[in-house]
Amino acid sequence: MATTPNAATPADFAWSPRALLRRLRSADEIAHLITLIAAATLLLITVLLVYQLWILSAEARTKFGWSFFVTRTWDPVAGQFGALPFIYGTLVTSAVALVLAVPLGVGGAIFLAELAPPKLSSSLTFVSDLLAAVPSVIYGLLGVFLLVPIMRTTVQPALKRSLGFLPLFQGPAYGIGFLTAGIVLAIMIVPFVLSVSREVLLAVARDQREAALALGATKWESTWKVVVPAARIGIFGSVFLALARALGETMAVTMVIGNNPRISASLFSPGYSIAAVLANEFSEATGNLYLSALIELGLVLFLLTFVLNGLARLLILVTTKRGSGVLPT
Amino acid sequence: MRIVKIFSVVAVLLVLATVAVAEGGQVLLNAAGATFPYPIYSKWFDQYHHAHSNVQINYQSIGSGGGIRQLLDKTVDFGASDGPMSDEQLKTATVPILHFPTVLGAAIPSYNVAGVKGDLNFTPEALAGIFLGKVTKWNDPAIASANPGVKLPGDDIVVVHRSDGSGTSYIWTDYLSKVSPEWQQKVGKATSVNWPVGLGGKGNEGVSALIQQTPGSLGYIELIYAIQNHLPYGKVKNSSGAFVKADLASVSEAAAAASKSMPDDFRVSITNPEGKGAYPIASFTWLLIPAKFTDTAKRDIVKDFLKWMMTDGQNSCEALSYAKLPKEVVAKEMKAISKIE
Repeated sequence: MATTPNAATPADFAWSPRALLRRLRSADEIAHLITLIAAATLLLITVLLVYQLWILSAEARTKFGWSFFVTRTWDPVAGQFGALPFIYGTLVTSAVALVLAVPLGVGGAIFLAELAPPKLSSSLTFVSDLLAAVPSVIYGLLGVFLLVPIMRTTVQPALKRSLGFLPLFQGPAYGIGFLTAGIVLAIMIVPFVLSVSREVLLAVARDQREAALALGATKWESTWKVVVPAARIGIFGSVFLALARALGETMAVTMVIGNNPRISASLFSPGYSIAAVLANEFSEATGNLYLSALIELGLVLFLLTFVLNGLARLLILVTTKRGSGVLPT
Repeated sequence: MRIVKIFSVVAVLLVLATVAVAEGGQVLLNAAGATFPYPIYSKWFDQYHHAHSNVQINYQSIGSGGGIRQLLDKTVDFGASDGPMSDEQLKTATVPILHFPTVLGAAIPSYNVAGVKGDLNFTPEALAGIFLGKVTKWNDPAIASANPGVKLPGDDIVVVHRSDGSGTSYIWTDYLSKVSPEWQQKVGKATSVNWPVGLGGKGNEGVSALIQQTPGSLGYIELIYAIQNHLPYGKVKNSSGAFVKADLASVSEAAAAASKSMPDDFRVSITNPEGKGAYPIASFTWLLIPAKFTDTAKRDIVKDFLKWMMTDGQNSCEALSYAKLPKEVVAKEMKAISKIE
């Protein structure tokens, strides 16, 4: 059987260099290649990052093993290192931030996307995007000089008086601590929730709104019962983006959290987060064990983000079964 | 495409330029380390560059720990540290490393107590007790007995310490380790320790902000920062029993008092020294110089720079609020320069 270039089977086609060149010449293949490289680079960076953290934390991993996750002591002098207070602080501050930021961000997004006049909507969105661009050290400074005194003299005493029966709001009010760090984080992540949620809400098909209105729904009913559920997955996405930012925030948190590796039920208590201790101690860390323990903390933060992201995806999966959202994440 | 072309042309020119400069007898030295002496170091390196236009010393203030690591990895020509290198660290070095004290730093107790205007007196026992969390009220006898006539409130003491690893923390914990066996045993000395109590502020500015905002607070701050920002601070009782307020003279005196027992490698702690006027919470900061250079041009420059730094260079110290090296230490260091090969 005589084979001519024209009669090549698909397999030949892929492997002959001349054919490959021809394929590359068409724009489709080039675009495919470029975007593939972009995606592969991203994966490569992540893999390299984890690999480096894994290799460099070897000494601490072999010395402490799993007990690293449950040890409460962080003593550079004695060479005793445990991640628990930092994991706790990271989770608590991020949780406080989400509790405050999600209603604010999603509420704001609903208003801007559905209810506000278009002019107001675009200018307010612009302001919110500006907030997202402010460097975190500015938030930290505002936190220390503006928020901390207000927290100490007004907010914390008021919380103590009204909700003091909860363990969350007990103990001395220093002004700094988990609660203040959570509030600063909330201010920092609101723009993320708001911007992304607004875009998602705007992307919900016009037909759906009109259908709801045609069935006799009020404006609010169509927004709350049709548009928001349809955009649910995208809104979740915005929350996870915000959570990732809160977990990794360094500068602003370290300035207001109190930097004390302590586990306390009270939100008034000073604490510590993983990112903050890395920023504080990495540059002056001497000794290999100390350094590798800090690097292991970085690995733990990575793991934490990974696990939370996985849980979030699971949550989406579970809730999506009951109805389908329009926008996949 | 055009932009890419321009960029590559510029890049090639830059490379050529550096090569040409290097061939013209230019020597570039890289150094890294402590942040505390950075202002005086950058001034010195700049002055030295003006006097010797062919020498450029590039100093990165990345912190003492980073400086030591980079020196051991040989990514810099010399390092700088606020705490002396440990024996284990020195053992890992492929080339012996020499310590050269450059200037002095000190840590002072700063506080915010309702109704107290003047300088408070602190005994070593009171400071150790407060930082161990045993002395918790301002009117505790440990504080009150050293301050007759001062009306101290019964407020809680809020301890503030540095959260970032720092030479200032090293000086402070080194002092507490010397005056309190309990501190030595429970906490120890380091650039970061496991603080028994207190809030952590980032940097001198973070600690002083917390002190100013928190009624009843007490923390330690680097002397220069306190002088430049006109912060009030207390006196500390030294080993001769006198209450001394930290200033450049009392800090230099601490170094002079300690210089009699100075070891040959200069790795010495001068906290709690003898001497009537000596301020007890002070320390040297060191340049870390390899004892052997493969590049003789670099070696000669480093030796010349050290000589200059200990003579003319010291004159720039006080303008930047650094305490000068006492002359006994300078004499001893001058002799040690010959160890660099």
